[in-house]
Amino acid sequence: MIYLQLLWVFVKIGVLGFGGGYAMLSLIQHEVVDHYGWMTTTDFTDMVAISQMTPGPISINLATYVGYTTAGFGGSLLASFALCLPSIVMVYLILKLFMSKRNNALMDNTLKGLKPAIAGLIFAAGLSMMNTQNFVDFGRGHYNLSVIICVLAFVASYFFKANPILLIVLSGIVGFIAY
Amino acid sequence: MKKPLQLFWSFFKIGAFTLGGGYAMLSMVEKAVVDQKKWIPTDEFWDMIAVVQSLPGVFAVNTALYVGHRVAGTRGAFAAMLGAIIPSITIILLLATVFREYRDQPVVERIFKGIRPCVVALILAPSLRMIKSAKVTWKTAIIPIATVFLIWWCKVSPAYVILAAIAGSLIYALIINKKAKSKEVKP
Repeated sequence: MIYLQLLWVFVKIGVLGFGGGYAMLSLIQHEVVDHYGWMTTTDFTDMVAISQMTPGPISINLATYVGYTTAGFGGSLLASFALCLPSIVMVYLILKLFMSKRNNALMDNTLKGLKPAIAGLIFAAGLSMMNTQNFVDFGRGHYNLSVIICVLAFVASYFFKANPILLIVLSGIVGFIAY
Repeated sequence: MKKPLQLFWSFFKIGAFTLGGGYAMLSMVEKAVVDQKKWIPTDEFWDMIAVVQSLPGVFAVNTALYVGHRVAGTRGAFAAMLGAIIPSITIILLLATVFREYRDQPVVERIFKGIRPCVVALILAPSLRMIKSAKVTWKTAIIPIATVFLIWWCKVSPAYVILAAIAGSLIYALIINKKAKSKEVKP
Protein backbone atom coordinates (compact mmCIF):
# COMPACT_ATOMS: atom_id res chain seq x y z
CA MET A 1 0.00 0.00 0.00
CA ILE A 2 2.75 2.41 0.97
CA TYR A 3 4.52 1.51 -2.30
CA LEU A 4 1.43 2.35 -4.31
CA GLN A 5 1.09 5.65 -2.46
CA LEU A 6 4.73 6.54 -3.11
CA LEU A 7 4.37 5.64 -6.76
CA TRP A 8 1.22 7.71 -7.18
CA VAL A 9 2.57 10.74 -5.29
CA PHE A 10 5.85 10.94 -7.17
CA VAL A 11 4.41 10.20 -10.61
CA LYS A 12 1.97 13.05 -9.98
CA ILE A 13 4.82 15.35 -8.98
CA GLY A 14 6.77 14.33 -12.08
CA VAL A 15 3.80 15.21 -14.29
CA LEU A 16 2.92 18.52 -12.64
CA GLY A 17 6.40 19.68 -11.70
CA PHE A 18 6.72 22.68 -13.97
CA GLY A 19 9.24 25.37 -13.17
CA GLY A 20 12.19 23.54 -11.64
CA GLY A 21 13.19 22.12 -8.30
CA TYR A 22 11.73 24.81 -6.07
CA ALA A 23 8.30 24.50 -7.66
CA MET A 24 8.38 20.77 -7.04
CA LEU A 25 9.27 21.50 -3.43
CA SER A 26 5.82 22.92 -2.92
CA LEU A 27 4.13 19.86 -4.43
CA ILE A 28 6.27 17.47 -2.40
CA GLN A 29 5.62 19.41 0.81
CA HIS A 30 1.87 19.32 0.31
CA GLU A 31 1.75 15.57 -0.33
CA VAL A 32 4.37 14.45 2.16
CA VAL A 33 3.69 16.80 5.07
CA ASP A 34 0.08 18.01 4.77
CA HIS A 35 -1.66 15.16 3.01
CA TYR A 36 0.02 11.92 4.09
CA GLY A 37 1.84 13.16 7.21
CA TRP A 38 4.95 11.14 6.41
CA MET A 39 7.12 13.95 7.73
CA THR A 40 6.81 17.01 9.94
CA THR A 41 7.49 20.48 8.55
CA THR A 42 10.75 20.52 10.50
CA ASP A 43 11.88 17.18 9.03
CA PHE A 44 11.05 18.52 5.62
CA THR A 45 12.99 21.75 6.23
CA ASP A 46 16.04 19.81 7.43
CA MET A 47 15.83 17.64 4.35
CA VAL A 48 15.69 20.66 2.07
CA ALA A 49 18.82 21.99 3.78
CA ILE A 50 20.61 18.69 3.23
CA SER A 51 19.43 18.51 -0.39
CA GLN A 52 20.78 21.99 -1.02
CA MET A 53 24.19 21.05 0.31
CA THR A 54 24.54 17.79 -1.58
CA PRO A 55 25.01 17.49 -5.35
CA GLY A 56 22.22 16.43 -7.66
CA PRO A 57 18.65 17.58 -8.23
CA ILE A 58 16.76 18.61 -5.06
CA SER A 59 13.64 16.73 -6.11
CA ILE A 60 15.51 13.44 -6.61
CA ASN A 61 17.19 13.93 -3.23
CA LEU A 62 13.83 14.54 -1.57
CA ALA A 63 12.17 11.60 -3.32
CA THR A 64 14.98 9.30 -2.20
CA TYR A 65 14.75 10.52 1.38
CA VAL A 66 10.96 10.38 1.59
CA GLY A 67 10.96 6.90 0.06
CA TYR A 68 13.64 5.75 2.46
CA THR A 69 11.96 7.07 5.62
CA THR A 70 8.55 5.67 4.69
CA ALA A 71 9.45 2.33 3.11
CA GLY A 72 13.17 1.67 3.40
CA PHE A 73 15.65 1.04 0.61
CA GLY A 74 13.04 -0.26 -1.84
CA GLY A 75 10.90 2.78 -1.16
CA SER A 76 13.75 5.14 -1.94
CA LEU A 77 14.39 3.55 -5.32
CA LEU A 78 10.68 3.40 -6.11
CA ALA A 79 10.07 7.07 -5.27
CA SER A 80 13.03 8.26 -7.35
CA PHE A 81 12.03 6.07 -10.26
CA ALA A 82 8.40 7.22 -10.03
CA LEU A 83 9.57 10.83 -10.26
CA CYS A 84 11.47 10.04 -13.48
CA LEU A 85 8.74 7.92 -15.04
CA PRO A 86 6.70 10.78 -16.59
CA SER A 87 9.93 12.21 -18.06
CA ILE A 88 10.67 8.89 -19.74
CA VAL A 89 7.20 8.76 -21.23
CA MET A 90 7.56 12.37 -22.37
CA VAL A 91 10.83 11.84 -24.19
CA TYR A 92 9.20 9.12 -26.23
CA LEU A 93 5.68 10.39 -26.75
CA ILE A 94 5.59 14.13 -26.48
CA LEU A 95 8.93 14.98 -27.99
CA LYS A 96 8.42 12.66 -30.92
CA LEU A 97 4.79 13.39 -31.65
CA PHE A 98 4.03 16.94 -30.64
CA MET A 99 7.18 18.99 -30.47
CA SER A 100 6.93 20.77 -33.76
CA LYS A 101 8.10 24.38 -33.87
CA ARG A 102 4.57 25.72 -33.72
CA ASN A 103 3.63 23.67 -30.68
CA ASN A 104 6.84 24.69 -29.02
CA ALA A 105 5.92 28.37 -29.34
CA LEU A 106 2.56 27.60 -27.76
CA MET A 107 4.30 25.69 -24.96
CA ASP A 108 6.65 28.64 -24.47
CA ASN A 109 3.82 31.14 -24.10
CA THR A 110 1.91 28.83 -21.79
CA LEU A 111 4.98 28.53 -19.63
CA LYS A 112 5.40 32.28 -19.51
CA GLY A 113 1.83 32.57 -18.27
CA LEU A 114 2.47 29.87 -15.70
CA LYS A 115 5.46 31.66 -14.20
CA PRO A 116 3.61 34.06 -11.83
CA ALA A 117 1.57 31.15 -10.45
CA ILE A 118 4.71 29.06 -9.92
CA ALA A 119 6.34 31.96 -8.11
CA GLY A 120 3.30 32.11 -5.81
CA LEU A 121 3.52 28.34 -5.31
CA ILE A 122 7.13 28.57 -4.15
CA PHE A 123 6.39 31.56 -1.93
CA ALA A 124 3.56 29.60 -0.27
CA ALA A 125 5.96 26.72 0.41
CA GLY A 126 8.29 29.15 2.17
CA LEU A 127 5.43 30.63 4.20
CA SER A 128 4.21 27.25 5.42
CA MET A 129 7.70 26.55 6.71
CA MET A 130 7.54 29.66 8.90
CA ASN A 131 6.20 27.94 12.01
CA THR A 132 7.29 27.93 15.64
CA GLN A 133 9.23 24.68 15.20
CA ASN A 134 11.42 26.19 12.53
CA PHE A 135 11.57 29.64 14.13
CA VAL A 136 12.33 28.56 17.67
CA ASP A 137 12.61 32.07 19.12
CA PHE A 138 9.14 33.02 18.03
CA GLY A 139 7.07 34.47 20.89
CA ARG A 140 9.96 34.19 23.34
CA GLY A 141 10.22 37.95 23.91
CA HIS A 142 13.52 39.88 23.94
CA TYR A 143 15.40 39.20 20.72
CA ASN A 144 14.50 36.87 17.92
CA LEU A 145 17.52 35.26 16.35
CA SER A 146 15.48 33.05 13.99
CA VAL A 147 13.94 36.06 12.31
CA ILE A 148 17.30 37.83 12.14
CA ILE A 149 18.89 34.81 10.42
CA CYS A 150 15.97 34.57 8.00
CA VAL A 151 16.04 38.27 7.09
CA LEU A 152 19.83 38.40 6.68
CA ALA A 153 19.85 35.22 4.58
CA PHE A 154 17.04 36.62 2.46
CA VAL A 155 18.88 39.90 1.84
CA ALA A 156 22.11 38.05 1.04
CA SER A 157 20.33 35.68 -1.33
CA TYR A 158 17.96 38.11 -3.03
CA PHE A 159 20.12 41.20 -3.38
CA PHE A 160 23.63 39.77 -3.44
CA LYS A 161 22.97 36.31 -4.93
CA ALA A 162 25.04 34.76 -2.17
CA ASN A 163 25.89 31.07 -2.49
CA PRO A 164 23.13 29.06 -0.73
CA ILE A 165 25.57 26.49 0.62
CA LEU A 166 27.65 29.24 2.20
CA LEU A 167 24.51 30.73 3.78
CA ILE A 168 23.44 27.36 5.21
CA VAL A 169 26.89 26.73 6.65
CA LEU A 170 27.06 30.21 8.17
CA SER A 171 23.63 29.98 9.78
CA GLY A 172 24.54 26.52 11.08
CA ILE A 173 27.59 28.05 12.76
CA VAL A 174 25.44 30.87 14.18
CA GLY A 175 22.98 28.29 15.55
CA PHE A 176 25.78 26.23 17.06
CA ILE A 177 27.17 29.27 18.88
CA ALA A 178 23.89 30.90 19.94
CA TYR A 179 21.68 28.01 21.07
CA MET B 1 34.13 2.64 -24.80
CA LYS B 2 30.61 2.19 -26.06
CA LYS B 3 28.44 5.27 -26.28
CA PRO B 4 25.83 4.34 -23.61
CA LEU B 5 28.64 3.68 -21.16
CA GLN B 6 30.28 6.99 -22.01
CA LEU B 7 26.95 8.74 -21.55
CA PHE B 8 26.48 7.06 -18.20
CA TRP B 9 29.91 8.15 -17.06
CA SER B 10 29.54 11.76 -18.29
CA PHE B 11 26.21 12.23 -16.54
CA PHE B 12 27.42 10.39 -13.47
CA LYS B 13 30.23 12.91 -13.06
CA ILE B 14 27.81 15.78 -13.63
CA GLY B 15 25.33 14.33 -11.11
CA ALA B 16 28.05 13.73 -8.54
CA PHE B 17 29.71 17.13 -8.71
CA THR B 18 27.16 19.80 -9.59
CA LEU B 19 25.79 21.70 -6.68
CA GLY B 20 23.05 24.26 -7.02
CA GLY B 21 20.40 22.63 -9.13
CA GLY B 22 19.56 22.09 -12.75
CA TYR B 23 20.85 25.22 -14.36
CA ALA B 24 24.27 24.98 -12.78
CA MET B 25 24.76 21.68 -14.56
CA LEU B 26 23.94 23.01 -18.03
CA SER B 27 27.42 24.34 -18.73
CA MET B 28 28.89 21.03 -17.60
CA VAL B 29 26.60 19.09 -19.89
CA GLU B 30 27.49 21.39 -22.77
CA LYS B 31 31.18 20.94 -22.09
CA ALA B 32 30.90 17.15 -22.00
CA VAL B 33 28.44 16.59 -24.83
CA VAL B 34 29.21 19.44 -27.23
CA ASP B 35 32.83 20.49 -26.67
CA GLN B 36 34.59 17.28 -25.69
CA LYS B 37 32.69 14.42 -27.28
CA LYS B 38 31.21 16.47 -30.13
CA TRP B 39 28.09 14.30 -30.05
CA ILE B 40 25.74 17.19 -30.76
CA PRO B 41 26.41 20.54 -32.52
CA THR B 42 26.14 23.64 -30.30
CA ASP B 43 23.04 25.14 -31.91
CA GLU B 44 21.16 21.83 -31.85
CA PHE B 45 22.09 21.39 -28.20
CA TRP B 46 20.60 24.75 -27.21
CA ASP B 47 17.49 24.08 -29.31
CA MET B 48 17.08 20.86 -27.35
CA ILE B 49 17.53 22.66 -24.05
CA ALA B 50 14.86 25.19 -25.04
CA VAL B 51 12.42 22.31 -25.50
CA VAL B 52 13.50 20.47 -22.35
CA GLN B 53 13.06 23.61 -20.26
CA SER B 54 9.38 23.76 -21.09
CA LEU B 55 8.75 20.21 -19.86
CA PRO B 56 7.64 19.31 -16.34
CA GLY B 57 9.69 17.04 -14.12
CA VAL B 58 13.31 16.96 -13.04
CA PHE B 59 15.30 19.17 -15.39
CA ALA B 60 18.52 17.15 -15.05
CA VAL B 61 16.66 13.92 -15.80
CA ASN B 62 14.87 15.40 -18.80
CA THR B 63 18.15 16.73 -20.18
CA ALA B 64 19.90 13.38 -19.65
CA LEU B 65 17.07 11.44 -21.30
CA TYR B 66 16.88 13.76 -24.27
CA VAL B 67 20.63 14.04 -24.87
CA GLY B 68 21.11 10.30 -24.26
CA HIS B 69 18.33 9.44 -26.68
CA ARG B 70 19.71 11.74 -29.36
CA VAL B 71 23.22 10.28 -29.05
CA ALA B 72 22.54 6.56 -28.59
CA GLY B 73 18.80 5.76 -28.69
CA THR B 74 16.90 4.04 -25.90
CA ARG B 75 19.96 2.53 -24.26
CA GLY B 76 21.66 5.92 -24.34
CA ALA B 77 18.64 7.59 -22.75
CA PHE B 78 18.50 5.16 -19.86
CA ALA B 79 22.27 5.13 -19.38
CA ALA B 80 22.37 8.93 -19.18
CA MET B 81 19.37 9.08 -16.84
CA LEU B 82 20.82 6.51 -14.45
CA GLY B 83 24.13 8.33 -14.51
CA ALA B 84 22.37 11.56 -13.56
CA ILE B 85 20.41 10.14 -10.61
CA ILE B 86 22.56 7.38 -9.11
CA PRO B 87 24.98 9.78 -7.36
CA SER B 88 22.06 11.64 -5.71
CA ILE B 89 20.34 8.48 -4.57
CA THR B 90 23.56 7.01 -3.17
CA ILE B 91 24.58 10.17 -1.32
CA ILE B 92 21.12 10.70 0.20
CA LEU B 93 20.81 7.06 1.28
CA LEU B 94 24.17 7.30 3.03
CA LEU B 95 23.29 10.62 4.66
CA ALA B 96 19.81 9.45 5.65
CA THR B 97 21.19 6.58 7.71
CA VAL B 98 23.79 8.84 9.36
CA PHE B 99 21.30 11.66 9.92
CA ARG B 100 18.81 9.35 11.62
CA GLU B 101 21.53 8.23 13.98
CA TYR B 102 22.72 11.68 14.99
CA ARG B 103 19.81 14.04 14.57
CA ASP B 104 18.78 13.93 18.24
CA GLN B 105 22.26 14.90 19.37
CA PRO B 106 22.12 18.36 20.99
CA VAL B 107 24.94 19.64 18.77
CA VAL B 108 23.12 18.68 15.57
CA GLU B 109 19.90 20.18 16.90
CA ARG B 110 21.66 23.47 17.67
CA ILE B 111 23.14 23.66 14.19
CA PHE B 112 19.78 22.95 12.57
CA LYS B 113 18.03 25.54 14.72
CA GLY B 114 20.22 28.07 12.95
CA ILE B 115 19.81 26.49 9.52
CA ARG B 116 16.00 26.24 9.38
CA PRO B 117 15.20 29.97 9.16
CA CYS B 118 17.91 30.25 6.50
CA VAL B 119 16.22 27.54 4.41
CA VAL B 120 12.97 29.49 4.55
CA ALA B 121 14.80 32.56 3.21
CA LEU B 122 16.41 30.46 0.47
CA ILE B 123 12.94 29.44 -0.72
CA LEU B 124 11.33 32.88 -0.48
CA ALA B 125 14.14 34.67 -2.35
CA PRO B 126 13.93 32.78 -5.67
CA SER B 127 10.13 33.07 -5.68
CA LEU B 128 10.40 36.86 -5.53
CA ARG B 129 13.13 36.85 -8.17
CA MET B 130 10.80 34.81 -10.34
CA ILE B 131 8.02 37.36 -9.91
CA LYS B 132 10.46 40.03 -11.04
CA SER B 133 11.61 38.08 -14.09
CA ALA B 134 8.02 37.20 -15.05
CA LYS B 135 7.37 40.96 -15.26
CA VAL B 136 4.36 40.80 -12.98
CA THR B 137 2.45 44.11 -13.06
CA TRP B 138 -0.13 45.46 -10.62
CA LYS B 139 -2.80 43.91 -12.82
CA THR B 140 -1.27 40.43 -12.98
CA ALA B 141 -0.14 40.50 -9.33
CA ILE B 142 -3.47 38.86 -8.55
CA ILE B 143 -2.11 35.55 -9.91
CA PRO B 144 0.73 34.98 -7.41
CA ILE B 145 -1.32 36.50 -4.57
CA ALA B 146 -4.27 34.20 -5.28
CA THR B 147 -1.89 31.22 -5.54
CA VAL B 148 -0.33 31.97 -2.16
CA PHE B 149 -3.76 32.50 -0.59
CA LEU B 150 -5.17 29.23 -1.97
CA ILE B 151 -2.19 27.06 -1.06
CA TRP B 152 -1.02 28.61 2.19
CA TRP B 153 -4.31 29.78 3.69
CA CYS B 154 -6.93 27.46 2.21
CA LYS B 155 -4.53 24.47 1.98
CA VAL B 156 -5.65 23.72 -1.56
CA SER B 157 -3.41 21.14 -3.21
CA PRO B 158 -0.76 22.82 -5.40
CA ALA B 159 -1.63 20.19 -8.02
CA TYR B 160 -5.05 21.78 -8.61
CA VAL B 161 -3.55 25.26 -8.66
CA ILE B 162 -1.04 24.17 -11.32
CA LEU B 163 -3.77 22.54 -13.42
CA ALA B 164 -5.89 25.70 -13.23
CA ALA B 165 -2.88 27.86 -14.08
CA ILE B 166 -2.04 25.64 -17.07
CA ALA B 167 -5.61 25.95 -18.36
CA GLY B 168 -5.54 29.73 -17.96
CA SER B 169 -2.10 30.13 -19.52
CA LEU B 170 -2.99 27.87 -22.41
CA ILE B 171 -6.05 29.95 -23.26
CA TYR B 172 -3.94 33.09 -22.95
CA ALA B 173 -1.21 31.58 -25.17
CA LEU B 174 -3.77 30.57 -27.80
CA ILE B 175 -5.06 34.16 -27.91
CA ILE B 176 -1.50 35.49 -28.28
CA ASN B 177 -0.76 33.00 -31.07
CA LYS B 178 -3.91 34.02 -32.89
CA LYS B 179 -3.03 37.70 -32.58
CA ALA B 180 0.48 37.01 -33.88
CA LYS B 181 -1.02 35.20 -36.85
CA SER B 182 -3.51 37.89 -37.75
CA LYS B 183 -0.63 40.37 -37.68
CA GLU B 184 1.25 38.21 -40.17
CA VAL B 185 -1.72 38.19 -42.53
CA LYS B 186 -2.14 41.95 -42.75
CA PRO B 187 1.23 43.66 -42.51
